[in-house]
Amino acid sequence: MTDPNTTLSPLELESHDKTFLDANELVINMGPQHPATHGVLRVILRLDGEKVLGLECVIGYLHRGVEKIGEHRTYTMFNPYVDRMDYVAAVSNGLGYCETVEKLLNVEAPPRAQHVRVILTELNRIASHQLWLGTHALDIGAITPLFYTFRDREEILKIYEKYCGARLTTHAFRIGGLQYETYTGFEKEVKNFLTFFRPKIDEYEELLTTNRIWVERTKNVGTISAHDCIALGVTGPVLRASGVKWDLRKAQPYANYKNFDFEIPTGQNGDTYDRYLVRMAEMRQSVRIIQQAVDALPEGPIMAKVPKVMKPAAGEVYHSIEAPKGELGYFIVSDGSTQPYRVRVRPPSFVNLQALDVMCRGQLVADVIAVIGTLDIVLGEVDR
Amino acid sequence: MGQIVQYVESYLSSDKTPGAAGNMFWALVYIMLVFAGLSVAVIAMNWLERKILAHMQVRLGPMRVGPHGLLQPIADAIKLLLKEDIMPAEADGFVFWMAPLIVVLAAFTVFVVVPFGPTHAITDMNIGILFMLGVSSLSVLGIVMAGWASNSHYPLIGALRSSAQMVSYEVAMGLAVVSAILMTSLGSKDGTLSMIEIVRRQQEQGVWFIFKFFPLGLIAFFIFAVAMVAETNRAPFDLAEAESELTAGFHTEYSGFRWSLFFLAEYFAMIAVSSIAVTLWLGGWLQPFPNLLSGTPWDQIFSFFPGITFLFLAAMCFYNTVRMPKHPLFRIQTIGLAGFGVILGLIGLVLFIPAVSTRIQDIFWFSAKVAGFMYLYIWYRGTFPRYRFDQLMQMGWKVLLPMGLGVLIGTGAIGLRFEIWHQLVVPLWHWL
Repeated sequence: MTDPNTTLSPLELESHDKTFLDANELVINMGPQHPATHGVLRVILRLDGEKVLGLECVIGYLHRGVEKIGEHRTYTMFNPYVDRMDYVAAVSNGLGYCETVEKLLNVEAPPRAQHVRVILTELNRIASHQLWLGTHALDIGAITPLFYTFRDREEILKIYEKYCGARLTTHAFRIGGLQYETYTGFEKEVKNFLTFFRPKIDEYEELLTTNRIWVERTKNVGTISAHDCIALGVTGPVLRASGVKWDLRKAQPYANYKNFDFEIPTGQNGDTYDRYLVRMAEMRQSVRIIQQAVDALPEGPIMAKVPKVMKPAAGEVYHSIEAPKGELGYFIVSDGSTQPYRVRVRPPSFVNLQALDVMCRGQLVADVIAVIGTLDIVLGEVDR
Repeated sequence: MGQIVQYVESYLSSDKTPGAAGNMFWALVYIMLVFAGLSVAVIAMNWLERKILAHMQVRLGPMRVGPHGLLQPIADAIKLLLKEDIMPAEADGFVFWMAPLIVVLAAFTVFVVVPFGPTHAITDMNIGILFMLGVSSLSVLGIVMAGWASNSHYPLIGALRSSAQMVSYEVAMGLAVVSAILMTSLGSKDGTLSMIEIVRRQQEQGVWFIFKFFPLGLIAFFIFAVAMVAETNRAPFDLAEAESELTAGFHTEYSGFRWSLFFLAEYFAMIAVSSIAVTLWLGGWLQPFPNLLSGTPWDQIFSFFPGITFLFLAAMCFYNTVRMPKHPLFRIQTIGLAGFGVILGLIGLVLFIPAVSTRIQDIFWFSAKVAGFMYLYIWYRGTFPRYRFDQLMQMGWKVLLPMGLGVLIGTGAIGLRFEIWHQLVVPLWHWL
């Protein structure tokens, strides 16, 4: 099914005119206004009855030119913009950007800042996975998990709001560390959240993991092999569900992830059910990491010595982190001025979306919805 | 005047349904009553569904329009009536116009034979159950017409799915129904298709058919209970209107009043199939467990139930009236809720009058059983993900159909053994 030679062949759209008159084939335009395309994704489906012969994604409906904006802002001024890419995982975006610029400036955030960064980023991973779970289940027809996940996600957003005043586009980190010291009771609240959240994961699993209909809808749906994943550049839980143990937190430790003890959950079949299990396991691992980080939160400064006006030496740097959706990379070229010469973002959603065609061929229309859900794309990040 | 009184009295003492007695005037009155009752039921169901689903999903549901959103369905209805009537430019006008009418007519016409009590039905046909199954499957026609006439991809796929689904589940449904009908023919009697007679047979045999030939009756009931959800296109079989895939399925292009006709028809159909299930397996209007809890004391106790139910609802209203915020802005809502409670309480008190309570018994038990099914419908919707089309078909043809056949054969075999025992072996024994 996932023979790379056949699955990776480009969709022959020029044959549309020829086949459109063929009564067996139906071309359906799904989106950009469609309840299940998670925003403004447009998918052109070629159907034989209900079977998907091929599809093409049309993107760009949410293009805001974030990368171009970056060329006209100073390094500090561009920081809030990155939050608007993957708006459900804004903290991860900020972490990626700040670390990239730090690498360019050759500074390192102090340990306390690193710890707080890890706590907030892992909380963000949980929040992002919760949103994914709710919407994914909703797409497949289970409406109740959405409300459970949103109820619990609220607790994370409350912590963010208390820490930095914003709930979604947090702008939590600064280049060189943190702008704000943690508020009084931060550690206690995070710990409270962890004890509150652990049983909640079991609650979600109770609704879905052994649910007959859920298993039938997700097992062997949207299967992708490890080979195809690597060929397409797919990263994150999608890659891990196909059996590749690749997590940048372990592979190229950034922040201070090497100090924490956690596992990389992987799947075997690379189907939607495995991706579901991998993400559920990742939430548990995130809880583990946060627990360790908050237990060992060191005292000390929260900002490294960073010049007021940043003028990094001319050169280029690429740095990537493991965002909830996969590898989030920033490539920044500096010409020695206060503004980057070029900012290039490698968003995980954009790259993962390429796999949609491979995963959907030969499946049914209902599976396309399930696969879009399981890819966990955010159109703000795809289009930038 | 005396004639009219006589006329009313003659009807009230009749033991036949107005239709079967050839009493056209009363039949007409009954049609009005059933239609009004069903419309109220749909309004109540609409509110209950939103409320119950909301509470299952840790939210409140409608709270703004009226106390606890009680007036929300009415507000919705007004909104739908006032909406612009849109017909797509490329649509086939006549078919587009006809489709909702067919669906709603098919869904309502089946209630002609639904027995709310031994005499509380519009009519009693000797082909009752056949009529119900036949007419209710006419709504497929309306759905296909709606999908086709909209001249759009999503409605077309929705209509195709829906018709395929309804047609294939009707087979399993029919087999389950036949096994119940077979059960009516036991005890050296001819079988019957009349809805009223089916309930009477359960009364005579002293057992609801769900418990008959355990577990055969139960399995047949289970098959029907699954098939009826598929038949009415409700979750987890709501593929025809799968909002995440096909936006709204066959009624994507419909809006305003036409859409509300589809909505009405869906709820009518839900009540109709639940009525079939109640009539065939759960003893129709009979009070619970006729074989165990029969006799005068139990009749006495059960006769209080309708009144108690309404008093309980009234008490709930008063409890929530007390809990209402004590803010001037909430005064009207508080008074409204209290007034609603008073109305419910008065109804409850009226239901304690013996003359009323004996007459209302049948209708109460029938409605209570149907209401149980309605709750199940909501529960399914809150719990299950949606089946995929091929899985749905697989379930219909590969699981439910063989099961239905098995149950049918089993019922026939046991019934035959029963007949042989009673007509051959027992007389032979006596003769010896």
